[in-house]
Amino acid sequence: MKIDWAALGSVFGVSLVVTVALVGLFTLGIAGLSRQEKATAQGGSAALAVTGAYACFAACAGAVAYGIYLIVA
Amino acid sequence: MENFSLILAIVVVTALAFDFTNGFHDTANAMATTISTGALKPKVAVAMSAVLNLVGAFLSVEVANTISKGLVDETGIRPEVIFAALVGAILWNLLTWLVGLPSSSSHALMGGLIGATIASAGVGAVHGDVLVTKVLIPAIAAPLVAGLAALLATRLTYSLGKKADGNASKKGYRAGQIASAGLVSLAHGTNDAQKTMGIITLALVAGGTLAPDSDPPMWVILSAGVAIALGTYLGGWRIIRTMGKGLTDLQPQQGFAAQTSAATVILASSHLGFSLSTTHSVSGAVMGAGLGRKGGVVRWSTATRMFVAWGLTLPAAALVGAIAEYVTGFGSWGTAVVAVFLVASSAAIWKISRREVVDHTNVNETDEPAGVVTTAIAAVTPPPAGTAAEDLTATIPAPSSEPTPSQAGV
Repeated sequence: MKIDWAALGSVFGVSLVVTVALVGLFTLGIAGLSRQEKATAQGGSAALAVTGAYACFAACAGAVAYGIYLIVA
Repeated sequence: MENFSLILAIVVVTALAFDFTNGFHDTANAMATTISTGALKPKVAVAMSAVLNLVGAFLSVEVANTISKGLVDETGIRPEVIFAALVGAILWNLLTWLVGLPSSSSHALMGGLIGATIASAGVGAVHGDVLVTKVLIPAIAAPLVAGLAALLATRLTYSLGKKADGNASKKGYRAGQIASAGLVSLAHGTNDAQKTMGIITLALVAGGTLAPDSDPPMWVILSAGVAIALGTYLGGWRIIRTMGKGLTDLQPQQGFAAQTSAATVILASSHLGFSLSTTHSVSGAVMGAGLGRKGGVVRWSTATRMFVAWGLTLPAAALVGAIAEYVTGFGSWGTAVVAVFLVASSAAIWKISRREVVDHTNVNETDEPAGVVTTAIAAVTPPPAGTAAEDLTATIPAPSSEPTPSQAGV
């Protein structure tokens, strides 16, 4: 019987890293948007936060696209 | 399509019925968290999942080929064996649905196949090492991997998003949950619809209609996709309730972390060649997300029942599969007996389920989180009278003896 420990290990590692990274990025994006929301409420703006937020969301969208690619391929 | 005998037609219909139960059994995997956190309305969620399952069914035939070419020896298999296997798998799916427990449809299918093969061709025809590497180890690994990832992700999203509130964050988590749930649905369609395609193809090969090593024909792909989508749309509300509300109380952040973790684990595992069960990954992720929030509680009584069901899935389906195969061995009337038994016990299970209806209107009600499951089990404990009784008791003793009256919330 041959158990593919290497494959199991890489599933473990990849899942952990990718999940945490994606959720982290997405949360940063949300935090950025919500900071801008507060800033607009006070009459100001937070251009940097918004730019950062959209960069984060773009990265997440990229990950989703890669996920779909994996499913289709 | 010469040689399309009656038994082959029965097998195809039964396989599609299994596909249907698979769909409504696994709606919870993709949509339980989305529904329980309120990101999508229940009906909208199942409709979206159904469409994505249908789309997923057309995307590839890889999985179908592994199932029709991997687990058991193709040569010694008659269509009756596959029929018996499906009977075992369908009954286990319906029983676990009745008590609202998420369990792996693939394990049920493999269990049925293994039991029926043993009854028909002896222990030698099952590849034991494939069983360990493809069933046992993934069953243990999936919830651990997904749970740990979801736990860390939940911690992270709570600490990073501490200051984020208001509309932006509400909308954000909603979108995130919908996207990750969509990915899970799509992955589910490519995986599970294909399992049925694999089974039908295996039956067609066994019946001599298709040449060995063929890819599934178009009508097989189409009907399997439609069956799983219909099942998904019907929605296994009992299981959705257990997964979304019964295991732990989910907030949008947790739902998002759990679903992202599950989607990642499913995709990473199938891509890296160590396939993990969708059900196990999602359940693990939900529990991990439950543990990750400060003050979050996992209801271990419900979780334990679920683990017991996972452990029983394969042997129980195998047992029913083996008995069914033994009875079909008596010839055509044996097959007829099994078919009648399948229909009768399915009807009985459906009838019992009507005593306490769970649907899209009350899927999020949690007056008695663990009590729901307990009452459902209590309803089954005196098994339905008639011919169904003997085999049903054989499959349920452990879940019915295991649960103690609910101590939910700890």
